[in-house]
Amino acid sequence: MGDPLFWHRLQFGFTVTYHYLFPQLTMGLAFIIVVLKALGLKTGDSRYDQAARFWIRIFGISFAVGVVTGIPMEFQFGTNWAEFSRLSGGVIGQSLAMEGMFAFFLESSFLALLVWGEKRLSRKGHFGAALALWGGSWLSGYFIIVTNAFMQHPVGYTMAPGGVFQMASFWTFLLNPWAFAQYAHNMLATVVTGSFVVAAVGAFWTLKGLHPEQARLNLRTGVILGFVFSALLAFPTGDISGKMVARYQPVSLAAMEGRFDSGPYADLVMIGQPNVAEARIDNPIRVPAILSFLAYGHFSADVRGLKAFPRDQWPTNIELLYYAYHIMVGLGTLLVATMALGLLLLWKGRLDHSRPMLWVLMLAFPFPYIATTAGWMVAELGRQPWLVYGLLRTAQGASPTVHSGSTIFTSLGFAGIYTVLGFLFLYLVAREVAHGPAAADAKA
Amino acid sequence: MAMLWFWLVSVLVAVYVVMDGFDFGAGILHLLVAKTDAERREVLGAVGPLWDGNEVWLLAGGGSMFLAFPKVLAAGFSGFYLALFLVLWFLILRAIAIEFRSHVQDVLWRQLWDAGFSVASFVLPVLFGAALGNVLRGVPLDGSGYFELALWTNFRVSAQPGILDWYTVLIGIFALVTVAAHGSLFLAWKTRGPVHDRAMALAPRLWSGVVAMWIVATVASFKVTPALFRALPGAPLAWLAVAIFLAGLGLVFLGLKGGRPLMAFLGSGAFILGILAATAACVYPVMLKSTLDPAFSLTASNALAGTVGLHAALGWWFLAFLLVLGYYTFLFRFHRGKVEAAADGEGY
Ligand code: HDD
Ligand code: HEM
Ligand code: HEM
Repeated sequence: MGDPLFWHRLQFGFTVTYHYLFPQLTMGLAFIIVVLKALGLKTGDSRYDQAARFWIRIFGISFAVGVVTGIPMEFQFGTNWAEFSRLSGGVIGQSLAMEGMFAFFLESSFLALLVWGEKRLSRKGHFGAALALWGGSWLSGYFIIVTNAFMQHPVGYTMAPGGVFQMASFWTFLLNPWAFAQYAHNMLATVVTGSFVVAAVGAFWTLKGLHPEQARLNLRTGVILGFVFSALLAFPTGDISGKMVARYQPVSLAAMEGRFDSGPYADLVMIGQPNVAEARIDNPIRVPAILSFLAYGHFSADVRGLKAFPRDQWPTNIELLYYAYHIMVGLGTLLVATMALGLLLLWKGRLDHSRPMLWVLMLAFPFPYIATTAGWMVAELGRQPWLVYGLLRTAQGASPTVHSGSTIFTSLGFAGIYTVLGFLFLYLVAREVAHGPAAADAKA
Repeated sequence: MAMLWFWLVSVLVAVYVVMDGFDFGAGILHLLVAKTDAERREVLGAVGPLWDGNEVWLLAGGGSMFLAFPKVLAAGFSGFYLALFLVLWFLILRAIAIEFRSHVQDVLWRQLWDAGFSVASFVLPVLFGAALGNVLRGVPLDGSGYFELALWTNFRVSAQPGILDWYTVLIGIFALVTVAAHGSLFLAWKTRGPVHDRAMALAPRLWSGVVAMWIVATVASFKVTPALFRALPGAPLAWLAVAIFLAGLGLVFLGLKGGRPLMAFLGSGAFILGILAATAACVYPVMLKSTLDPAFSLTASNALAGTVGLHAALGWWFLAFLLVLGYYTFLFRFHRGKVEAAADGEGY
């Protein structure tokens, strides 16, 4: 417990996981708000604008928490991972600075316009503000993912004496193929989160018999977008992400799948508990040869197991990695199924009356959050024991002069502050949902 | 290259101080100049659309330092560990207070966030000022390129100082008074009625305080870090900066006298920019001074990142900077004139 590294990892992992709960909703909603505003502009139907207005209020609350939890992330590179920053700043400092200069300024300048400017702007102008905000938030997502992609799959650098990373090719760094795969998958996931939240609010209002028009509109928007995006999330983007891991981090793939032995016709473990000490899966249910196909595109492909790799390159928390991956994929399947059923009922015109389905939609919104959190666990635990894959170990990246007393103090501080923030957020969002869309009108 | 990036980073940080400085100033004066709920909403309406963008200057400055001088970022951020977390926590309080206050119409809820806004705005400039004080005084950087500083030791400027000693706290108070004075002019410019009148009435007193603190801080700096002033004759840029801040100060008093808050506000912006630029010109090329051995100091040249990256960064940096100027022009034009007293429940 006295090991500062443990606390640096815990603190960073906790604060970034928490931070990401908010941007995923804002990035998802930013897209949905653009869709609603576009429909409003095209059809001239003011109900779309009313729905957009409601979601902009929610967006504002989530954005505020996203901003205040994001700034600590930026600082922690220097405070907690000073060696990592010193060694890699010449490369990843680039994308982090670009995020600030290109994305955060854009977002922060246009947010107030979107939230408070509807009366003073023309319809097109307000749509423009929504577009700017969407652009800003999705740009910010790209820059942060490029940063992470360098850690997962370093490209575009040279190594100077002393292990210092230097930029060799800016464009190679910025157009990292890993980043494209990760970005596509991750951004689709934000829309899934947004759609489930929109659908949940629609379902809640429908079940309560409140605001029937807005309830129906939200339900429809949530279910249609939710189906399209969760399907795209599993295929092709989830599949591509898996293939990237198979290609560049085969040892992580082995750990994610709970595979210890190597060989062709690798079977996919659906359920089972990894027993790392004995190097096997307990109580497994397997589907033969599917893993070979999923990872490399043909059934006879050889998929290496953990035993094929030196022990000191195994991810450090294989069990959690394995479960995180299975939770993400399992939920991915359930999310598609849920929305497919919802869409079917919508198409038959029965969605508004089928109470069991409305209950499911109302209660399902936490699951995309769980899946995205699990997904990031997969990415980050799978990267271990490396900070920059294959080049710099996590243990070498921490700040040399910060001792565990300080880190424990700051970790506890965040635990307290973030608990309060979480309650405030839930309270304010619940109030907005209870007040309904018309309340947002009065305030626009 | 080293000099160019030193100045680019300095510009971002200085603009941050000017921009977020008026937000802090407004927060410091919030409870004094605004008594009723409507008046408080006026103050919040003035900073509301701007504070987030203003805070991004800090991130942009930090990010640019990260890419150009990674060693300075690594040493500085880990060395000032606890102080930086205090900064973070008060930044969280400030932002949440501004953003969440208007959502609930309840007296206690609003009093809570008014107090939060005010407290955070008090503490942050002191911490930022103390950070500047540390940079001027120096830190115990050793051959490893890192240092360790307690939050405080015995408050003396000694071989084992704390982040807070009498000198750095003094600079912190100077910063506090300066941003309060800066904020009073911002509020005088953006508001009308009682808030405007109270801000106008406070401004001359605050500015007398600034002048007094400036003299005290200069004398103290002379004692603590005489080398700083020895650099002055050989630094023409520093003379230019001194001219700017003196002119700014003149403009402040002219504006106050003539009842022209915008002119005074611009003057106070120039004052802050000038004083920071003069400081930067005098410390250049040192970015983090070692109190143990000058050879251990981190300078713009020995901490500089690789050239390929810096060349690439120059390309996008100026483009991004122009875009930001564009947004700011648009933003200030869109929100020009006095703040409209918002209907209840609307706006901040
Ligand atoms: C709603 C959320 C969600 C759902 C349903 C899925 N994913 Fe996912 N997944 C994410 C949300 C996510 C994520 C949070 O967005 C991650 C974390 C890092 C990233 O870029 O995306 C991610 C990462 C991630 C990775 C790790 C990449 C790495 O190591 O960097 C793989 C291999 C997959 N996903 C594959 C899948 C597959 C095959 C799915 C099949 C259904 C799936 N994901 C569903
Ligand atoms: C938002 C989604 C993210 C989540 C949930 C997440 C989660 C985690 C977790 C759980 C750890 C601890 C891993 C361990 O020590 O075993 C970690 C470490 C870390 N992550 Fe992430 N991460 C996310 C995004 C990012 C991004 C975008 C970056 C880079 C820009 C990043 C950089 C790091 C760093 C530097 C560490 C510390 C070193 C390490 O333990 O490897 N993370 N993250
Ligand atoms: C998956 C990983 C992450 C994504 C996609 C992401 C995205 C975003 C987005 C879209 C915002 C805008 C505010 C909001 O919408 O809530 C935001 C805020 C912020 N994020 Fe993250 N973030 C991630 C992780 C991180 C990490 C690891 C850092 C640290 C470098 C970081 C730093 C910030 C900062 C500083 C802000 C505040 C911006 C402002 O003031 O406007 N984020 N993030």
